[in-house]
Amino acid sequence: MDNQKLKEKVLSFVPNAEVEENKQYLIVTVTPELLHNLAKKLKEDPETDFSYLFCQTGVDYGDSLGVVYHLESVKFRHSIVLKTKTTNRDNPQMASVYDLWKAAEYHEREIFDLLGITFKNHPDLRRFFLDESWGYPLRKDYVDSTNIIEK
Amino acid sequence: MTEEISSVVEVDDQEYIINFGPQHPSTHGVLRFVVNLRGEVVKNLQPHIGYIHRGIEKMCEKLTYQQIIHLTDRMDYLSAHMNNEAVCLCVEKALDIEVPERVKYVRTILDELNRIASHQLWWCSFGMDMGGQTCYFYGLRDREKILDIFEETCGGRLLLSYNTPGGLMWDIHPNFQQRIKDFIKYFRKKLPEYDKILTGNVILQERTKGIGHLSLEDAISYGVTGPTARASGFSCDVRKNYPYSAYDKVDFKEILYTEGDTFHRYLARMEEMRESMKILEQLVDNIPAGDFTAKMKPVVKLPEGEYFQRVETSRGELGVYIISKGDKFPYRIKFRSPNFCNLATMNLMASGFKIADLIAISGSMDLVIPDIDR
Amino acid sequence: MSFSFDIYDFTSFTKWIDVSLTSYCTPFWAMIWEMLIIGVAILIFYAVVGLFLVYAERKVCAFIQNRVGPNRVGPYGFIQTVADLVKLLFKELVTIKKADKFLFNLAPFIVIIVNFMVIAAIPFAKGLHAVNFNIGIFYMMAVSSMGVIGILLAGWSSNNKFSLIGAMRSGAQIVSYELSVGLSMITMVILAGTMQLTNTYDPVTNQVLVHGIVDLQKDGWFIFTGHLPAIIAFVIFLIAGTAETNRGPFDFAEAESELTAGFHTEYSGIKFALFYLSEFMNMFIVASIAATIFWGGWMPFHLGHIFGDWVSGFNNVMDYIPPFVWYIGKTFVIIWIIMLFKWTFPRLRIDQLLTLEWKYLLPINLINIILMALVVLMGWHF
Repeated sequence: MDNQKLKEKVLSFVPNAEVEENKQYLIVTVTPELLHNLAKKLKEDPETDFSYLFCQTGVDYGDSLGVVYHLESVKFRHSIVLKTKTTNRDNPQMASVYDLWKAAEYHEREIFDLLGITFKNHPDLRRFFLDESWGYPLRKDYVDSTNIIEK
Repeated sequence: MTEEISSVVEVDDQEYIINFGPQHPSTHGVLRFVVNLRGEVVKNLQPHIGYIHRGIEKMCEKLTYQQIIHLTDRMDYLSAHMNNEAVCLCVEKALDIEVPERVKYVRTILDELNRIASHQLWWCSFGMDMGGQTCYFYGLRDREKILDIFEETCGGRLLLSYNTPGGLMWDIHPNFQQRIKDFIKYFRKKLPEYDKILTGNVILQERTKGIGHLSLEDAISYGVTGPTARASGFSCDVRKNYPYSAYDKVDFKEILYTEGDTFHRYLARMEEMRESMKILEQLVDNIPAGDFTAKMKPVVKLPEGEYFQRVETSRGELGVYIISKGDKFPYRIKFRSPNFCNLATMNLMASGFKIADLIAISGSMDLVIPDIDR
Repeated sequence: MSFSFDIYDFTSFTKWIDVSLTSYCTPFWAMIWEMLIIGVAILIFYAVVGLFLVYAERKVCAFIQNRVGPNRVGPYGFIQTVADLVKLLFKELVTIKKADKFLFNLAPFIVIIVNFMVIAAIPFAKGLHAVNFNIGIFYMMAVSSMGVIGILLAGWSSNNKFSLIGAMRSGAQIVSYELSVGLSMITMVILAGTMQLTNTYDPVTNQVLVHGIVDLQKDGWFIFTGHLPAIIAFVIFLIAGTAETNRGPFDFAEAESELTAGFHTEYSGIKFALFYLSEFMNMFIVASIAATIFWGGWMPFHLGHIFGDWVSGFNNVMDYIPPFVWYIGKTFVIIWIIMLFKWTFPRLRIDQLLTLEWKYLLPINLINIILMALVVLMGWHF
């Protein structure tokens, strides 16, 4: 399935999704509430069949926190990028996609650890690399006066 | 410590908890498994990581792209060249630079050399995990030859940093091709020795066949890649699916098995060494003349946007995801490291097997801990 | 009685010591002095052989692994193990918290004492053995299996789960493999018809009172005279003996890639050295038992008279080599075989180990005993 067809497919699932295309991938941006639904449909629809979550990234966009999902279909070899953002920096919440892709378990734990985004329905959301008391280092407003020297 | 563990792991009175690591001979680094055991049988396994977390992604946000190369070495230090290449390819893609053919060939050759070296080290440490210590010296003896080639051309033996956005740091050494040809001739003779001492051994086969089964569905769902996934039948070789550098010009086989047990993960890596040698043979005589680097500015600024590059390292798929705001530093850089995703299946594979099998399984996964922690 | 020393027969030498001691003191004190002398002699022998075996193992393993091995301290690195021992002597003895201190300290000594008790019964050369029982083989079997108590104690008292797993594995392993060791020895006892290791002579008439296993192999070692069942028994003994000494590929009790160091994880300094030494001496003991009951112990290589008359000349040549050299030579050949096992095979898994014993070795062994009994009854042996 090429990007044009994928785009139509995504819009049929979620009509109000923002769809853009760069040189590599089709990028779909949706609200956190809609994301799980869209992901589920993309995975379960036999024509899209996105069975492989090959990357899941947490990003601090400054004003908002976001999660980027890179999906690929092993069967059809097409890829898509899902994006979701939340402006709630104090208590950012997303729906976990662990029930769709098991790989999300570790990716989401990492994102929680480094960016402080909590994932609902995640089986085991704990700090991964760092201590409980540590801040969220990948946030742009993270301050660590001992380890980071600002020039 | 006790409270911390008991709060996350349920223990009944038949079970006890044991810590494998962070200092343990067969976790190959500072990885810690909290294992629930009933007698010798593993009931549950929780990997605890972060003992060597250096915050590479955070550090990269304050470094130029040329500087980032040197940090990527330190992730999967056994696939240093592939890691370098992943960032370089991503930057080149963002800048729309076409690197000279010579660079592509040399990169591919070094990729495959690095893959062989990495698999050799995996083989010898796997043998050691299984209790056959002689393997260790056989593997290291042959790996030394590759490291010598690296040293001559790249300057480094383990951490190469030979790639740079746009090409290579400097041209290859005049001996480069001859040395590789000598190595292939030498290693073709030595590889059957590996089979004699370990692959054909009844004890090894008894200990690995049917142990630590990973199904195709689980492999895809967990995002397992590399030889580990290919032993389960997941065709995930980036070199085949999304060819980069000179991989579209060479003919090689993607090693696929369907069994998905420890023995086939072992076989997958052994066969990959043979395939890598095939690739080397096809390329080594055909390195085209030309520049060793495209024209590059000393400090590159990536146009605003986001770029993803997938590369096949010796352990699986390394993804580099750069978000740029048009600055000389990346706004956010994410390394999707193969070991991180592979590690997630440890509990699935090792539960229900014995301690000795746990060691065999984690050995067959070929985990490199700094790559997990980053 | 005047001093006499014959390298081919130590009987007169030991008798001289006995006679001279009794001439100085009462028989009771003479016995005490003899015990002391034997104790010291075995202690020295133990230390020398132990150190040499550590060196030999390092050289053999280096040879297999394309390395040089120790080559710095002394000629060919010969004094390396002595240097290591000195280092271990100076190391701190760490006893961890909540360990059972008494048992923790006792364990290495139990292992060592058991070794000594077995060595006492080994005939090193003609007339050179500490005790000569009528149940020599039985005694060896009984005593050598007591070493596991030391290992179990070490694992239990260390307050370390790795140690405990190692000790439990070792317990299961030795209990099982003791059967194979015992049964393969019994096979040879059937062939020999005696459990005694060397002849007992009547002090007056010099007639043989009881035949010993070693002397019975004068005209051919048991592995040749007992042909098929003896060879099967030898192979089983070698496998089971390797397992009993906790050596690779059966080194579950230590299993350094799984249990860090198994039962001796928490031991340091000289206490660790004792365990280490006893492991090598166990190997020595197993090898010397194998050499004694299968390869004729100190008995030179003799051909039987079925080959014709020329063999007596050949046998005479063989007799020129002193018995002690024969004994040491045979033992070290078997030790070398056991070392080859360790450095070429990967480790088994604990359930495979038990399967091997209970499903294969034990049934084969039982059938082999019947076969041997048949061979002896029908006179099919040489």
